[in-house]
Amino acid sequence: MGGRQATGERDTLTERRGVSLVVPVLAVILLASIFVALTIGAYPVTLDGALSAVARLWAGEAAQSAEERVLLNIRGPRVLAGVIVGAALAGAGAVYQGLFRNPLVSPDILGVSAGAGFGAVVGIFLSLPLAAIQGLAFVGGLATVTLVYAVASAVRGRDPTLVLVLGGVVVGALAGAGISLLKILADPYDQLPAITFWLLGSLASTRGGEIASALPIVLVGLAPLILLRWRINVLSLGDEEAKSLGVEAGRVRNVVIAAATLITASVVAISGVIGWVGLVVPHIARMMVGPNFERLLPASMLMGAAYLVLVDTLARSIARIEVPIGILTAVVGAPFFLWLLWRGRHGWS
Amino acid sequence: MRLEADDLAYGYPEHPVGSGVSLSIAPGEVMCLLGPNGCGKTTLFKTLLGLLAPQGGRISLEGDDLAHLPRTEIARRVAYVPQAQAGIFPYSAIDIVVMGRTAHGSLFSGPSAEDRRIAQQALDDLGIGALTTRDVTRLSGGQRQLVIVARAIAQAAPLIIMDEPTASLDFGNQVVVLQKIRQLADRGIGILLSTHDPDHAFAVATRVALMQEGAVIAAGRPAEVLTPERLRDVYGVDVTIEQLADGRTVCSPRYIEV
Repeated sequence: MGGRQATGERDTLTERRGVSLVVPVLAVILLASIFVALTIGAYPVTLDGALSAVARLWAGEAAQSAEERVLLNIRGPRVLAGVIVGAALAGAGAVYQGLFRNPLVSPDILGVSAGAGFGAVVGIFLSLPLAAIQGLAFVGGLATVTLVYAVASAVRGRDPTLVLVLGGVVVGALAGAGISLLKILADPYDQLPAITFWLLGSLASTRGGEIASALPIVLVGLAPLILLRWRINVLSLGDEEAKSLGVEAGRVRNVVIAAATLITASVVAISGVIGWVGLVVPHIARMMVGPNFERLLPASMLMGAAYLVLVDTLARSIARIEVPIGILTAVVGAPFFLWLLWRGRHGWS
Repeated sequence: MRLEADDLAYGYPEHPVGSGVSLSIAPGEVMCLLGPNGCGKTTLFKTLLGLLAPQGGRISLEGDDLAHLPRTEIARRVAYVPQAQAGIFPYSAIDIVVMGRTAHGSLFSGPSAEDRRIAQQALDDLGIGALTTRDVTRLSGGQRQLVIVARAIAQAAPLIIMDEPTASLDFGNQVVVLQKIRQLADRGIGILLSTHDPDHAFAVATRVALMQEGAVIAAGRPAEVLTPERLRDVYGVDVTIEQLADGRTVCSPRYIEV
């Protein structure tokens, strides 16, 4: 990418030992996770079966056996959704953390999840079809962040980042209040469980159609992040230093926030609110590859994808009922995070 | 003239800091800004860098109005050494220095191998090549300051503005940085720096501007500006200024009333 990309020499200059291996290793781990996820489930599938189904998909043929139908129509799309949602949330988290210069920030910071949640809850409350619920979630997420942005730019003469974060907290709280109100008003037997499940996140209902609607938006949002990857590094030094180094800090930040928000809103719309991935995964990735965004972004995305695919496999196989994935990401992620903190603060500050 | 400020008024919105400041820095010149804490040196620097809009007057860089130059163009003409902060993320020193090359690449590009080589050269230049892969959040304040100076060198601008570059350095590193400033000026780079130590001005400055409450009260050659009377007026201490046998000028406060 870009005509000035480095060749050879830079690796000897900048690398800590082994860092350049992390991204390929993570890619292999993701691939392994995908095959694990394809083979485990209520309808057991052998590795051979999974491979032949993938080959058939590659060749563009229709499913033949029951095994292949399970894989191509149900489990495959779900695993693919896990890849996209995990990669998107972790990538957006890495962006937000760098931009807000805070390793404890998650993609929710500007209220995108709260807004998407509110949109979806409105949809469920009105008993709309699934596609409309997802559309409302997407619009709700984007509208909330836009509102936060409008509020923040109306306030002048203060640290713009601080005002943005405070705006996100306030508008997010408002959306949360709206959600609570609708929960009270909702039908307790039919709508309330649906609302609760949506807010805890799930990949259970994702089919090919959802993926086809979310993936292009994720890719569109990803493009500026990849293109501006070096500017995002410079921005993480703070506005004044970034400007003195030649970066149009305000403009670049707007583009980057818009792109990360677009990505987050599009995946939250199909998966519901899945916490922790966007907070913890970029953090762990930074410990492994360092803060340089050129490497942090791919590492975060690969790790987020593998993590969510594996956790979703747990969610649909550890109990007779489906466990909401939002619960599991926290249950698995929190102890691991605490262990990392206890081990040392490397990569934090 | 590389940088010229004409009847500049500067400060924050609804909080003016100073006015009537005119100064200019030419290639190879070292201009040293002295003045008590809070007299507006940092605010003036930020205005000269285009980080704060001037409240009056005009700033030009190589003849072009600063207000009309895009950021990349400003960064190619003037580099900034802010007072070093701890930083949030554990970038390696070379990563920080190579960020100085940002303005030389296009919007979508990362640093090239050539940029990395220039960055490494800047670190070696300052004698801190050993810090290359070290995490900057774990360096001492003085080491971090040197890394930021290296970044300004890598930025390869004809003018460098340094905000108290020696403030957090130990005695030896202060001398290293001052020597480096001298060498950069000999290469034709214009340097504007602030310092609290009149000795530093005597050591490296070709011109001195003495500031008080946002205004330049005296400017000119160091020996003309930094007189015991003026230093007493500005800082409220009595000093002796003497010339050594080899021609150097030193300034020493009188700690005990004579």
